[in-house]
Order: sequence, then structure tokens, then C-alpha cells
Amino acid sequence: MLRLEPRAEPSRLMTALTPLIAVTATMIAGGILFWLLGKNPFEAIRIIFWDPIFDENLSSYARPQLLVKAAPLILIALGLSLGFRAGIWNIGAEGQFIMGAIFGAGVGLAFYPADSVFIFPLMIIAGAIGGFLWAMIPAILKTQFNTNEILVSLLLVYVAEFILASMSLGLLRNPEGAGFPGSRNLRSYESAHNAELITNTGIHWGVITAVFALVAIYVLLQRHMIGYQIRLAGQAARAARFSGVSPNWLIITCLGISGGIAGLAGMFEVSGPSGQISIDFNVGYGFTAIIVAFLGRLNPIGITLAGLLLALTYIGGELASFQLGLPSAAIQAFQGMLLFFLLATDVLINFRIRWRHGVAA
Amino acid sequence: MTDFPILALLAGMMVAATPILLAGIGEMVVEKAGVLNLGVEGMMIIGAICGFAVAYETQSVTLGYIGAALGGAMLAMVFGVLTQFLMTNQVATGLALTLTGLGFAALIGQPYIGIKGITVGDVPLGPLRDLPVLGPVLFQHDAMVYVAIFIVACVWYVLRYTRTGLVLRAIGENHHAAHALGYKVIATRLTAIAFGGACAGLGGAYLSLVRVPQWTEGMTAGAGWIALALVVFASWRAWGVLVGAYLFGGLTALQLFLQAAGAAIPIEYLSMAPYIITIVVLVIMSSGRARASLSAPASLGQPFNAST
Amino acid sequence: MQSAVQTLGDRFRVAALLTLDSLTKAYPGVVANDDVSFEIGVGEVHALLGENGAGKSTLVKMIYGLVRPDSGTMTFDGAAFTPTDPRASRAAGVGMVFQHFSLFEALSVAENIALGMDETPPDLSLSIRNVSQEYGLALDPDRLVGDLSAGERQRVEIVRCLLQNPRLLVMDEPTSVLTPQEVGTLFQTLRKLRAEGTSILYISHKLEEIRQLCDRATILRRGKVVGSCIPAEESARSIAEMMVGAELTPPVGRVYSPGEVLLSVTQLNQTSADAFGTSLKDVSFDLHAGEVLGIAGVAGNGQDELLAALSGEVRAQPGAVVMKGESVGDHGPNHRRMRGLLTAPEERLGHAAAPDMSLTENALLTGWGRQRLHNRGFIKWTSTANFARAVIERFDVRTPGPANAAKSLSGGNLQKFVIGREILQSPDVLVVNQPTWGVDAAAAADIRAAILELADQGAGVVVISQDLDELMEISDTFAVLAGGRLSPVQPASGVTVEEIGLLMGGTHAAA
Repeated sequence: MLRLEPRAEPSRLMTALTPLIAVTATMIAGGILFWLLGKNPFEAIRIIFWDPIFDENLSSYARPQLLVKAAPLILIALGLSLGFRAGIWNIGAEGQFIMGAIFGAGVGLAFYPADSVFIFPLMIIAGAIGGFLWAMIPAILKTQFNTNEILVSLLLVYVAEFILASMSLGLLRNPEGAGFPGSRNLRSYESAHNAELITNTGIHWGVITAVFALVAIYVLLQRHMIGYQIRLAGQAARAARFSGVSPNWLIITCLGISGGIAGLAGMFEVSGPSGQISIDFNVGYGFTAIIVAFLGRLNPIGITLAGLLLALTYIGGELASFQLGLPSAAIQAFQGMLLFFLLATDVLINFRIRWRHGVAA
Repeated sequence: MTDFPILALLAGMMVAATPILLAGIGEMVVEKAGVLNLGVEGMMIIGAICGFAVAYETQSVTLGYIGAALGGAMLAMVFGVLTQFLMTNQVATGLALTLTGLGFAALIGQPYIGIKGITVGDVPLGPLRDLPVLGPVLFQHDAMVYVAIFIVACVWYVLRYTRTGLVLRAIGENHHAAHALGYKVIATRLTAIAFGGACAGLGGAYLSLVRVPQWTEGMTAGAGWIALALVVFASWRAWGVLVGAYLFGGLTALQLFLQAAGAAIPIEYLSMAPYIITIVVLVIMSSGRARASLSAPASLGQPFNAST
Repeated sequence: MQSAVQTLGDRFRVAALLTLDSLTKAYPGVVANDDVSFEIGVGEVHALLGENGAGKSTLVKMIYGLVRPDSGTMTFDGAAFTPTDPRASRAAGVGMVFQHFSLFEALSVAENIALGMDETPPDLSLSIRNVSQEYGLALDPDRLVGDLSAGERQRVEIVRCLLQNPRLLVMDEPTSVLTPQEVGTLFQTLRKLRAEGTSILYISHKLEEIRQLCDRATILRRGKVVGSCIPAEESARSIAEMMVGAELTPPVGRVYSPGEVLLSVTQLNQTSADAFGTSLKDVSFDLHAGEVLGIAGVAGNGQDELLAALSGEVRAQPGAVVMKGESVGDHGPNHRRMRGLLTAPEERLGHAAAPDMSLTENALLTGWGRQRLHNRGFIKWTSTANFARAVIERFDVRTPGPANAAKSLSGGNLQKFVIGREILQSPDVLVVNQPTWGVDAAAAADIRAAILELADQGAGVVVISQDLDELMEISDTFAVLAGGRLSPVQPASGVTVEEIGLLMGGTHAAA
């Protein structure tokens, strides 16, 4: 029979290899899924993973989109990875993303129609504060009352969504919008517009921030005591307390950083690609970022690659839906499967699989 | 007070409570066995679409519920295999279950969007229906309202008075000791996980067959997470889940009534009330000097590997 | 060795109840049991002796059906015995009392006992009361096990076995959690069982106990049977030498001249964070330069809580802990380390060290502040690796290098690393909990020597231990922790085991 044998040390090879195995397995399972839906699986896989980057007609649209969609995923996932490493489960990034967007857009719209170079930086700060404050709710409830942060952060996503609805119907509604829900479009308000910085690359301030965050988080984890304490707390909570790490400080730090970054991502999204506060401007980046964080092994570089891959599935999914009539939900299912396969292959890192020969019993 | 429809509210409470009651009691059994499955939302929504689709295709509510229970249990078994055999992190796997469940449900549900579901009739309780006050509140419901209560009673009895229940609790308390005594930790947990999935599936199906009743994407809208909170509220006691679900159902019914009555509060703020109240309740339950954590099964969420 | 076993068997002339023949069980990288053969007679108390890691636990697991041998056979009462699970083993008549109790804290005594039986008698509570009266094992069936003392918990296990009328009772290190008085009570129970014809396999490394109780002994070393004897006819030292495989040299006495007070603990009260833990009540003591203070006590009497209160993991009132004149009671671990108060907890993996982290990272765990291994938060990895390497070299830690994970080290080596990490930081006061628990004899001797050397250099050391022999060997002064209260500190010379026993009985001396 098959049995698992613990390894003395986690396998580095498998740590790097398992995401690739998981992606391959997901492609196979996804292919079967598409085939069951009556689509040509090879064509579907090609459209999703190949055409956005390499097809001559499509890539001019799709390549910039890759960075536009990857930036929020990578940003949020980088923040989440800190908490996940420490065993602090912020799964409400979607809510912090929304609140960052509302704060950021709110500040921008408050200045309308003034023209100043200070408006956009202020919006960035406000976005980070919005996400940070929203994440402080589960953080403070956890430190003060020992309330489960998983449930609180998640439930707050629904609350944030209703606040968003209220904002786009009320406070932030475009006064010149003929009564339609949604705010003014920030893309047509230059001082508040998170514009494309280099034409046809998709690079906007969010992408720049993601690169900066990548370096900062990498250095934090590899070289800084905070990163060390986060890793220590995740691997051995008692040892961390013994070392002198305060659990409450860690909760506030991890939730604060991940909330602030998610808020930033929301602000960059609403002031650029999406353009306005509307009832459903958020497309679930906060949840997909959880997949990105795990697929990237909670490692900053891995997260960057995983963010690009998931962004690719978003764009490829759109193309497949357009060209093959593949339902957009299929991509969501596909992304979920990816996480499952990754978790399933995780076992190879810490265990060896051995055949045990039958024992005479 | 004259036009305040207290009876309708109480009747609405029983209906609003049933989905989270079913999902909550299932999850409580799973947690009693020492497993934390955060995928309740995913299993509920799979149950919602499976129940709706099967009931619509077969024109049978019963078959719909059976389909929903099977769908929920099947998804739960994915979680079971991953966490019990491959020892994956239970939190991450539960989240994956929710994300995947939402995706697959949306996929399966494509052809059913906008279709009117089949009618689910009330249980013919004869003269009981006509009782003053009690009749409209308690005895004019569909069968699943009563099945849910029956399941709670069964869970309570089994956990408290049977050997199976004792073994399940023991495994949730200390899986190493249970293993040393020769009990099958993984098999028991898999059974509990499947039961939890089936219950969550039924809860989801109740939404799509009775409560709404039609299929819309993301229709569970956090009910699975509220069911998880319910287990904490109940301090892992079966009747506690029932009380919690009914309190919550009552608040939901009241909120809906206020919306319909055109109260001065904007709809968005009324709609977010259930989530905020759930958070407040969680805070109260967890702050009582770690009271809730005291009754939590000691092995909750910890992986078990017999070979070590 | 085979012949010796048979000779002794002949001398006893009792029918064999359980015969083990050439049992072998290998795990990856280690042969836990290698060709193990011996037999246990009807109505015999048979000792199985060996150091930690000698293969005792594996052997017991095979008898109880938790592990299947790779080769070899067992015969129970004349029939082939191949239990596939504990249930089968229980059905054959084997009862097992585990070293780490297989009990459920949140369940009642009766529920715990029911779980250990395959068929529950109709009136379980009554049966429990009867058995506990018959064998002098007082128990209340309705109490939660979490609220019981270690001694009471062991009674639950024993009663659970006795209710099934076992023919062979296996006891794994039963006295490690008992006070000397409780040990006396246990031995009476065991002797009564023997008189009734029950066989007992008694696993221990406590030689005096075995000499008092056991009829025969089989000695294991590195998975092999290396000898057998009649304990009553041997000296503790000769058995110990068989166990360790080397001649033992008694420790050299040390001259102790107390210096200034380094650490002063005054009326330390601490509610335990653990629901089933023991709260500290009015703990007070002074520790002087050059002093080794031994703190004895049965497990679960506040040892972990005392260590946490001294390390700073749990904060106290400011003045409750005073280090070299400075109140540090309300400060955390790093502040205290900077002031010279260092600690080493009992649990190596997960508390003193992070299992999956490298030794370098584990060196950083307590050394980051005191050894200045960071610069404004940025870790100096080279200095950290050098510090880890220094610990490895100075304390002879057997490992390929500081990049290896903590969990890849054997218990003894990791303990040397953990204690060495603190000693190398030149503490003024070192507090260690169970420094040699689960450590082989050679490593234990090294650790004790290092502790004494540290005290010779003028540091104060607090050794919390459940091993009385160890405390007697290295302590200058002595106190007992019982029920969260610390007895007055007294000179170690001249304390008798009886005195200690009475102190250890503390709040639950009723046993």
C-alpha cells in the first residue's frame, strides 16, 4: 500500500516543483472540464494560456492587460502572505480593497474639479488608510476579545459591499450622472487619474507600487527581524513568544500591512482601470489573491509569477468566453481547482511517498 | 403594534433560520470530530444549485434534496481526502473549497438562471395548522423546517448518549489518545466531514428551493460563514446551534420586514445588519474570558498522521 | 544472551504467558528493535529496562497492536499472537497504561474508561467504584479528567485496564509522574495484582524501583537485548552499567559559597493561561551568585508556569521578579535577556526551538538581542551563523552544520544546542526546565557538567526537574513546587527522600 513518510527536511526541489505540477494537473483537469462543456479542450487551453501573449492580433490588447490585472493580485497577495506565514488569516482582503477604493476615490472626488499634483498622492495615502482601518477591525477584535479573525474579516467583506452600494447610490454618486448609480469617472479627472504611464504597456502606479512592494516584502522576510518573527510565529507560536514576539503586536502588524496594501490596490484600481466607484467595480481580486498567495508559496517571487499566471487566466478566460462561449464561471472553477491541486501536491514537500510491501499480518 | 405582523415574523424566522441551522449543525459535528472545514459556503452553494437542478429536472423536491446532500458531501470529501490523507492545512483547504464551490456552482447553474423553480408545498399537518397563533407560526411550513429540527435532535442524542458519539468527541479532543486506544481517527473524521457536507448541501438547497426560490449566482451570500459563526455561538452544543439559528433567523425576518415596510433606514444598512450582528455576537462569545475557546474541541484544526 | 534468558526462565519455572521471539522492527534510518526475544511468566512482574531511544516504546507498541513487527513472532498463552490493532490485543487480555496518558481532558472519568473498553458494562459507574475500592484507587467517575492530578489520571488508566480483567498489564514509565508516596500506593496495587496471577510488563529506567518490585528484568540497548537479570540480586550500579554499556563515574562534589543575590522572586502569583494548568501562588525565592537551586515537583504542578513567568513569556507585577536590583516582572523575554536572565524551557521542539528552522535561525531565536545579531532590525546572518557554529562546537552538538533543521537533530543533541545557546550568552541567571528529559546518559552528563561549570563561574542557576536523582546530584539548594506553591528553599545536603516526598505530595497528599 501507499504510505507517507516524513522527510527530515522539507524538500527544496519539491517546493519549487509542486506549483508546476499543480498547474499541469489543473490544465489537464480543466481540459476535461472544457471537453465536458462541449468545447475543444486543446483550443480552450491555447486561447487561455497562449493567445493572450503570443497571438499577433490579440496580444496588443492582452499584454498590457496582463500587468493591469496582475498588479492588484500581486499587491494583495504580497500583503496576505505575511499574515498567512504567521498563521493570521486575513481572508477579507476584498473588503479592505473596497474600503481603500472608497477612501481613495472619496478624497479625489472631494477635490473635484480642483487641479493639483497633490491630489493623487493624497488619494494613495487615503486608500492605504481605508484598507488599514478596515483590517484593524478584525485585528483589534482579535487582540482585545480573542475573536476569530477569519470569520470577522470575511463577514466584513459583505458589510463593505453594502457600504459600496450605498456610496455609489448616495454620497459619491455622480451629480451629473442622470441618476445612474456610480461616481464620476476619475479617468476624466486628470488630477485623480491613475493613468497608464507608458503607452500600451499597462504600467500604472499600481504596477510600480507592486514592484516596490515585492522588493520590500522580500527584504523584510529574508533580512529583517520582523520577517523572521513572522516566520517564527507561523512555524512555532510558543517558540515565538519565548523569543520575545508579542502575539498581539504581530496580529496588528500583519493585518495592518495586508489591509493597507489591499486598500492601495483598491485605490489604484478605482482611479485607473475601473475608473469609478460603482456597485460592482470590484471583481474579486481580494479572493483570487488568496489563491495567488498560496500558489506562490507565500514567497514574494513566487507570488509575482503566480499573480501573472492568474491574471493570464482572467484575460484568457475573457477571450475564451468571447471566442468559444466558455462561461466565465468556468475560469473561477478553474482557479479554484488550481488551489486544490497545489494543496494536494504540497504533501510532497514534507513527505516522501513510499510503497510499503505487504506485511504478513 | 396592531399592524406589526408578529405571527408572520415568527413564521418567517423559522424559514430564515433553516438554511444556517442545517449548515451549522453539520459543521458542529465536523468540528466536534476535531476538523475545521471553512468550506461551508462552497458546500452550501453547490447544494443550492444541485438541489435546484435536480428538483427542476425530475420535478421532485425530495430528489432535489437528495441531490443537494450528495453534491455537498462529494465536495466535502475532496476536503476530506486532502486534509485527512494528504494532511493539507485545513484553513487553506476550506477556503479553496469555498472558492471552487462558488465557481463550479456558477458553472453548473448557467442554464438555470432566471428559471422559476418548482413549488414546495407545506406539510399537511391537518388540524394543527388551524390552531390559533401556534398554527401559523409553527405548523404551516414545508417539511425541511421540521427535518432540520429532527436532525438537531438526532445529533444531540448521538453525541450525548451513544458510543459513536463518545468516540467522535474523543477523537476531536485528543486524536493521538484515540488512535492509541485503537479508534479509527481518519475514518471517523471522513464520515463526519461527509455528514457536514450533506447538511450544508441541504441548507443550500433550502435557499434555492424554498427561501428564494430560484437560482442566482452567489445566492448563499455569506450564509455559510454565518453558519460557522453559529457553531462558536453555540459553544459546540446542538441545541445552542438551534437557538442561535432561530435568533438569527428572527433578526433576518425583522430586517426584511423593515425593508418591505419602507423604514427610514436605507436598504443597504438594513442588509448589512445580519453580518454586523454576527460579528458582535462572535465578540461577545469569545470575550467571556475565553469561554467559547474552552468548549472548543482540543484537537480542532490540527493535522493527524498515524505514522508519527 | 539467548542462553542467559533461558537459564533465568528455567530458574523461575513458571509457565510463560507472553513469549517474544526474534522481533525486529525497522524505521527509516533506524532499527528500533533488532532480534528481540524474551518471555514473561504468569504472575510475574517483568522489567523492561533501557535508556530513551533503546526501543522500549516500539516493543510495547508491537505487543499492543499499534505497530506490526517486520519479522519475528509472539506467542500469548500458547497461541500465536498477531494483534492487528489495540482492540485485538485487548481482546487477548493485554491492558496498557501509557506513559503520556491516553486520556481526554474534556471528558469525564467514566467516559474515559468507557472509551478504553470494547464493551461497556450496564452500570459503569458502579463497576468503577467497585474496582477502585478493591485496589485502593480512589476515583470519582463523574469528574472531568482535566481537573485531576497526574496520579489520579494514572488511576483512571489503571482502572480502565483492570475492568477488562487483563492477563498482562503493560505499564510504560508509570512512576515518572508520581510522588514517592503515590509510588508506594501503586506498588501495593501491582503486588496485589501479581498475587492474583496477573503478569506485569514494567517499563522504566528507574533502577531502585525495579529492584524493589520486579522479579526479572530484560535490558535493551539500541534496539537489542543486551542482558537480563534478577534485579534483587544486582546493584543499581551494575544494572545501570548494563543499560548504558559503559562504566559510570560518580559526580565530583562541588564547593558552594553563596555570593550576592542575583534574582529575587517575591510573591509571584500567576493565573495559568491553560484551562487545565496550575496557577502559581505566592512563589518567593532568592538566587545567589554561584548557586544551583534545584526545584523538584511532579509534572503539572506549575513548572511550565514558573518558567514562563521567569522567561517573560507571561508578564507579572513589576516587583515580583527582580533581576540584579531591577524590577523586570512586567518586561518581556528580550528585556530580561538583556539584563542577564536567560531561560531554557522543557519542550525542545516548538518552544525552545522551531522544528523546521535551521540551527542558525534557532540561534537567532534567543540570541538576537543579547548577542546583537541585528542592526536596526536587519539581521546579521553571518554573525548569527557564527554564533550557531560556536554553540555546536563548544557543546559537541552532532549535526552536519548550522544550516540543518532543528528537528533533524536527536533529542540529546538538540537539548545540548538549546542549553548551549543560553550558556554561551554568558547569563547571570539561567533557568532550565527538565534539562535532561529524554536525553541519553552521555548527553545528560555533559549538560549537567555545563550547568555546574556555569555556576562555578559565578552565575546563578535554577534547575526545575522531575528527576530527583539529578537534582540531588547538582543542587546546592533545594525547594519543591507543589500545586503552584514553592516550599522554602533549604540546603540540598541533608534532605531526605521522605521529606521531599511529603513536600511533593503538597495539596493532593491525600493519596
